[in-house]
Amino acid sequence: MSILEVKDLTVTFPGGVQAVRGVSYEVERGEVLGIVGESGSGKSVTSLAIMGLLQQNSVVSGSVKLHGQELIGMKEDELVKVRGKSISMIFQDPLSAFTPVYTIGDQIAEAVRIHQKVNKDKAAKRAVELLDLVGIPHPDVRAKAFPHEFSGGMRQRAMIAMAIANDPDLLICDEPTTALDVTIQAQVLEVLKTAQQETGAGIVMITHDLGVIAGMADRVLVMYAGKPVEQGSVDDIYYRPRMPYTMGLLASIPRIDGEEGALVPIEGNPPSPASLPPGCPFAPRCPMKVDMCDEQEPPLVPSGAGRHVACIRAQEIEHKGLTGADVFPVPVIPPSDVVRVPRAERPTVLELDSMIRHYPLMKGAVFKRRVGTVHAVDGISFDIAEGETLALVGESGCGKTTTLQQIMQLAPPQGGRVVVLGKDSSTMDAATRKALRKDLQIVFQDPMAALDPRMPVGDIIAEPLRAHGRKDVEARVAELLELVGLAPEYAERYPQQFSGGQRQRIGIARALALEPKLIVLDEPVSALDVSIQAGVINLLEELKNTLGLSYLFVAHDLAVVRHLADRVAVMYLGKIAEIGTVQSVYDHPAHPYTQALLSAIPLPDPELERNRKRILLEGDLPSPADPPSGCRFRTRCPKFARLSADEQRRCVDEEPSIARLASAVDHGAACHYAEEVEVITASDDQEEK
Amino acid sequence: MRSKVVLRRLFRNNQARYGFVALVALVLVAYVGPYIGKYDWTEKDFMAFLSAPSADHWWGTTSIGQDLYAVTLRGMQKSILIGLMVALISTGLAAIVGAFAGYFGGWVDRVLMWGVELLLVLPSFLLIAIISPRLKSGNWLWFVVLLAAFSWMITSRVVRSMTMSLREREYVQAALYMGIPRWKIIFRHIVPNMSSLLIIDATLNVSSAIIGEAALSFFGFGIQPPDVSLGTLIATGSDNATGYPWLFVFPAGLLVLLVLSVNLIGDGLRDALDPGSNS
Ligand code: SF4
Ligand code: SF4
Repeated sequence: MSILEVKDLTVTFPGGVQAVRGVSYEVERGEVLGIVGESGSGKSVTSLAIMGLLQQNSVVSGSVKLHGQELIGMKEDELVKVRGKSISMIFQDPLSAFTPVYTIGDQIAEAVRIHQKVNKDKAAKRAVELLDLVGIPHPDVRAKAFPHEFSGGMRQRAMIAMAIANDPDLLICDEPTTALDVTIQAQVLEVLKTAQQETGAGIVMITHDLGVIAGMADRVLVMYAGKPVEQGSVDDIYYRPRMPYTMGLLASIPRIDGEEGALVPIEGNPPSPASLPPGCPFAPRCPMKVDMCDEQEPPLVPSGAGRHVACIRAQEIEHKGLTGADVFPVPVIPPSDVVRVPRAERPTVLELDSMIRHYPLMKGAVFKRRVGTVHAVDGISFDIAEGETLALVGESGCGKTTTLQQIMQLAPPQGGRVVVLGKDSSTMDAATRKALRKDLQIVFQDPMAALDPRMPVGDIIAEPLRAHGRKDVEARVAELLELVGLAPEYAERYPQQFSGGQRQRIGIARALALEPKLIVLDEPVSALDVSIQAGVINLLEELKNTLGLSYLFVAHDLAVVRHLADRVAVMYLGKIAEIGTVQSVYDHPAHPYTQALLSAIPLPDPELERNRKRILLEGDLPSPADPPSGCRFRTRCPKFARLSADEQRRCVDEEPSIARLASAVDHGAACHYAEEVEVITASDDQEEK
Repeated sequence: MRSKVVLRRLFRNNQARYGFVALVALVLVAYVGPYIGKYDWTEKDFMAFLSAPSADHWWGTTSIGQDLYAVTLRGMQKSILIGLMVALISTGLAAIVGAFAGYFGGWVDRVLMWGVELLLVLPSFLLIAIISPRLKSGNWLWFVVLLAAFSWMITSRVVRSMTMSLREREYVQAALYMGIPRWKIIFRHIVPNMSSLLIIDATLNVSSAIIGEAALSFFGFGIQPPDVSLGTLIATGSDNATGYPWLFVFPAGLLVLLVLSVNLIGDGLRDALDPGSNS
């Protein structure tokens, strides 16, 4: 019997905007239902409505039955009993779920005591047990810690512990790992799986990450514009999608095991819930659209065993066996002329030589005194040749942002050298620095924050032009807007009138204004929805090839990196762990950290995900104020644990430097015991190729 | 481009249009009105003390027989100038000092904030009282400067703390990386993003300057008799407001109209500058 039965759930916000327009699904015991959708698709609102957590003034209709008991219209005090006991929810941001003034242990114990009749000591003991279950080291000590003393990953685990405290029948996870780094995400997903086995609960997993769903879910529900558009078993959805949106979504994601070449973008933007198109909500973006699609919204109809599709051409898609790549036009990206010249003969546009950046660690409110040093960047070296993309990857806190800022400031570094286009930043004068700013530009991560909200787009793009005294500004602005795929008439609008993807294009146009040679890309697509991402990645690639640009690409998403970069440098705690061409690093990673990183990334491929063995890392990143001696990775290194005591001593005493690996031309790793391992298994169809 | 867009939005804004029309009308009344009236503001009609509004004295007369219509308009000329100038100077000063202190930090911040604190703890009223008699009497421009100089400090502290958060925004960084000088960044990216606050502050300053001037005049500083301002008129009129309401109603009514028109312009300007509003 199913635990949760949702029927025709609709949510209307004040002002008549329908955020959810008829969602139905069932979850059985021990089953994981994945709900995917982009922002604004109504996926989170649906689960908030089920939990009864929406604001008072929104209207919920339809039926939500938990064990046959209707939840909609239930009184708040009864609902409270259900919430936390039978259903628990895990949010994206665990900090907001804990009260900052009580210890984690107390809060979990309280959750236990609300729904079970146990005394205080028992509840406290249970809290420690639960923390142990979710893999928090020294749970008895950590239970006495306050929420802010936990790292993000630990907090998310503690939240899972609290969620399963009362053996719920259903867990709703809303983007549970989105805010976490990949290695931490892998840990947390593993904990979720354990938690599910322990409790036998059903799980509703809401996320935009198709990789996470592939590894976790049994069934998948795809949402678009407040409605499910496709529903079925995970294999059916991933291998045999029958709705163009799902097909496009699957084809548009870059994969770490993927080939190079253009991604499949879905044109346009999701419709706003306030003004939906008359027929199929996907029609304005659908390449398979026929006139009939505009007449009436296609209902979600059964199509084969246990699956439902909302598309009038689903039959045809099934018969012809169409995939996203067949249906969506794949842009042709012209090849670059620059790369025909061998790398060694091309000029170097950026060179970092043992660059160091330390911050003083201060303490005290009135009398500040220095209590230590944050080794944010501790001697890194790399170079970028003309027409090349180097990706700097690593998890938060690894020093990649500091590196980027140091380069952009064009100021003398604390140690080492930064050479931009042959000019050393420590010896240049103010005039050279200003001239150099023309050739060095940046694209920021958050396209909203990077554009002045009070400036029309035309002024934003014109700003660098005027700053460097260009004539004919208006014509150039129009030209730039066209270059990034926007209409020149948009120049008079303000940034907030654009969607995320368009804003990022504006940011790119601004960076291109002065015809730079090197562009620093700071996580340029990580704030964008999947279907939008592909278009921006393609644009970046095209611009690079046609304009002969070089990119320094800072990212944490290794799949995007594989797609866009030529070379990659993996950073860990202020040092480069591994560097080399994308092919060698991804296919034969030699540093244990790179191996763990690559193996932690979920693949949007259920079959591969099921058979994959993860290299899980223990614990969190050590503090950069107190890095471990010798090899910085040793506290978490899975290889270190397997070494003999003698071999271990070398890791503790001697800091490894980057050594070139014998098997490849351009590949080096900073590990005493580097050894190439294959962690990504190529998918079948690739092997056929 | 920005000024063009903002101006167009401003003229499309109804509030701003009404505000402008009202303000222009008030200025016209203040400067052209006296030529229409029968009496000069210095004339005294010894036949009519405290007479109610009539065909002869449209707005009545004062206790010494002045024609209230002429006197009020004369006072309004001064008050419009004082109000607008004080508001512009003090808000401008607050924006500049606050933004520079907040953006540059370090010793610039310390020096500027030290100045702000000094001005805050000094009893401004006393200082104006001491300084103003020494300034050449009749030169009321000095008076404007003094009033403005003592009314910007609180706002500048607010501006400073807003700047400190704006400074961290990526678009400010982006501008820096483009090679734009810092003072330009302040005027181009920081100040416009605080425009709502500054406009509210300026409109409030208009009325408080007019009233504040009256308070000072009452104690014998600022506008001195026989010269008048709206403030002094209201101050004297309010004593007899029940017995001789016209003495109070006309100057006070004009002040309300003046403040209202400035507020309308301010609201319109705020909407025009704020891309989030579509009025
Ligand atoms: S119904 Fe039409 S527009 Fe909608 S997805 Fe199917 S083919 Fe495309
Ligand atoms: S040097 Fe030792 S601790 Fe460091 S990565 Fe290699 S094996 Fe692990």
